[in-house]
Amino acid sequence: MLGYTDKIKEISERLLKEGKVDMVIGFKKGTMPMMNEPCVIKKAEDAGKLVWDSNCGINLANYLTDRKEKIGIIAKGCDSRNIATHIVENKIRRDQLVIIGVPCKGMIDRHKIASMSETEILSVTDAGDEIIVKAEDSEKTLKKAEVLQKNCAVCTHRNPVIYDELVADLVEEQKDADRYADVREIEAMSAEEKWKYFDDLLAPCIRCYACRNACPLCYCPTCFVDESRPQWVGKSTDPMDTRTFHFLRAYHCAGRCTDCGSCERACPAGINIRVLTKKLEKDCFESYGWEAGLTTEDRPPLDTYKLNDPEDFIK
Amino acid sequence: MSEDWEPKIVSFFCNWCTYGAADLAGVSRFEHPANTRVIRLPCSGRVSPKFILAALREGADGVWVSGCHPGDCHYIEGNYYARRKFALFKNLLEYMGVEPERVHFSWISSAEATKYVDVAKEVIESVRKLGPNTRFVKHKAKVA
Repeated sequence: MLGYTDKIKEISERLLKEGKVDMVIGFKKGTMPMMNEPCVIKKAEDAGKLVWDSNCGINLANYLTDRKEKIGIIAKGCDSRNIATHIVENKIRRDQLVIIGVPCKGMIDRHKIASMSETEILSVTDAGDEIIVKAEDSEKTLKKAEVLQKNCAVCTHRNPVIYDELVADLVEEQKDADRYADVREIEAMSAEEKWKYFDDLLAPCIRCYACRNACPLCYCPTCFVDESRPQWVGKSTDPMDTRTFHFLRAYHCAGRCTDCGSCERACPAGINIRVLTKKLEKDCFESYGWEAGLTTEDRPPLDTYKLNDPEDFIK
Repeated sequence: MSEDWEPKIVSFFCNWCTYGAADLAGVSRFEHPANTRVIRLPCSGRVSPKFILAALREGADGVWVSGCHPGDCHYIEGNYYARRKFALFKNLLEYMGVEPERVHFSWISSAEATKYVDVAKEVIESVRKLGPNTRFVKHKAKVA
């Protein structure tokens, strides 16, 4: 990881010094363990602040929306796919960007690691394929593969899909990952069981909208949850209002979600909200052969149609 | 479920086809059940998932969306986009535990008054079989 960080610093410094970009968006060390913070570097001498390790789970494409400057951006696989989505949706232009690609081996699940320790965690550091977790009264070494974020464990696009610079050699993609095992499990339930499953799943939700704010796809000037005339979605934490919110949030990401896991990572209640977005991802793949963010040439599935699209559910 | 319970269906009809078919069914004096509350829209492409969820939230027992046959859209391609939207929407609704028979979609042209009557009966009967809607309905707090 140290090699990654050095290379990121070197490239960022060079880009800023040569005036190729006005700013670089990357990560700096956070004030809390497992929470690296996104940061914007505007001067070459500040490039030393940039870091890279297994705690860079936030999706940086979120900070590109409607920017006018020339921007260098650090992008792992999922970030690059969201950058592609941003370009397709005219939220940024390709020629404004210098994409610094980071071949990624997955980010670690902060909720999982926090739940493994009874005392407060003081630091979490990378050591090759292992993660060293220091808590108040103990020190543990964990296998990184066992504490990966759930989306990273089944990720099939670890390498950036578009990039101008690379910080390391491309990594091997995971080929035998079963991406939709959890979705199929829910699909097999009866309507009754499904209803119960989502009741339990969404019960801890406090409607803080952290999932929405962390998501690079959520950039509407007025979000549907803030609309008041007419008010389509109730604003309370009534179970139906919460459910409607999660339904529509996922639906808005249909055919756009890259399963970067930012929503789940941001959730203070640790809700596995990805089961909703993944269902739509699966449907888009199966019905329309679409995977989001792999190209800037094609239109996303809800912005196009085929004459022979499946319609057996229509009378 | 009480004996005299009747399902309430909120119907979103395209102005250019199904709405006309419903009108024609009336003018032709075709008999059909009166459980639908029709909302007229310019196109089935105008229907947002928000509308359908809002109808259920306010206590509709079923929702029926109907537009023009593929190729017949007044706006050329609105129903093609709608078709993709509805496919994903219906799947997600079922995935979250709503009975598949609560929400119906159909293509009915303005000349198909008989099809309108048949589908109306079918929709109403399938919702009747399910009984009153209990999912996605927001129960208002009781005021003393």
